Amino acid sequence: MMQPTDDILAIAERWRGEGREVALATVVETWGSAPRPVGSHLVVDGAGAFLGSVSGGCVEGEVVTEALDVIASGTPRLLEFGVTDETAWRAGLSCGGRIKVYVERVQ
Amino acid sequence: MRLSLLADLNAERAARRLAVLVTDIATGDQRLIKVAEVGSDPLAPLFAEALAAGESSLVAVGGRPRLFFNIVMPPPRLLVTGAVHISQALVPMARLLGYDVVIIDPRAAFATADRFPNAELVAEWPDTALARLGLDRRTAVMALTHDPKIDDPCLMAALASGVFYVGALGSRRTHAKRVERLKAAGFGDGDIARVHAPIGLDLGAQSPAEIALAILAEVTATLRRAGRRPERRPGADVAEPAS
Repeated sequence: MMQPTDDILAIAERWRGEGREVALATVVETWGSAPRPVGSHLVVDGAGAFLGSVSGGCVEGEVVTEALDVIASGTPRLLEFGVTDETAWRAGLSCGGRIKVYVERVQ
Repeated sequence: MRLSLLADLNAERAARRLAVLVTDIATGDQRLIKVAEVGSDPLAPLFAEALAAGESSLVAVGGRPRLFFNIVMPPPRLLVTGAVHISQALVPMARLLGYDVVIIDPRAAFATADRFPNAELVAEWPDTALARLGLDRRTAVMALTHDPKIDDPCLMAALASGVFYVGALGSRRTHAKRVERLKAAGFGDGDIARVHAPIGLDLGAQSPAEIALAILAEVTATLRRAGRRPERRPGADVAEPAS
């Protein structure tokens, strides 16, 4: 049975082993009321399917988009998300926190 | 991340060993430091604090955030003596919370795949099973059979170890008798006070599922509150079975 809270690393290994393209996103730093602690993971495959979370759902959509770029380029990327800015296109955290997310390809 | 590195990392987790994954977020360079190498690693002074707190962190090098130390702990684990109705409810709930679960019961009629279709089942006496499975600081042990000849060896093995939680099912009256038996077996008041009994938070639980909920709430509170104690040193503790 899957363990939704803790087994993202195992799922990342399995997906890659199945030949899927895989990127792993990891929360590396948080400030304020960040919804998920440092070390939380989200795994994305080449088709945009994902499991896990790096926030309460606020920025996952954008992380998946960025992860697809990382899969394509192979170059890791550090993303930073802050409070929602309604005038900007970027996603944000409505809780007022800020997070940094490191996205890397599993190769 | 290389797939081979990810596989190594997952192998350490599966073996219930702590590891530190170091990532240079500027270059993408990565390496895995296994628990046996943690103390002698040249970077050890940089991640000592993160390791002591059991929390991953980004560390500045030359004034810029540069190295991410991912402190990778084994999943917390529940070793449950008693393949009983409460355990049947407990298995899926515990999995959802991220615990590894093992059900131990020497009674073959109880420990069946029909009753526990997705669980790791061990049909052995608990003292034998617990010694083999290993009792570390990321492990909780509970005795749920109501039968002293099965529960007592489970509790005695747990109390002789460094597990983070020990619990036993039964009324206060049942527990008073249990305390006498533990004393007769040589356990002191301090040891015996570690047994959560009656097990679980007092929710007024009635059904097996509600009792499982009460137990898991208490285990979670114990795990997470222990994590907030500053003197805790999980790096040293997780490495070896505490028994």
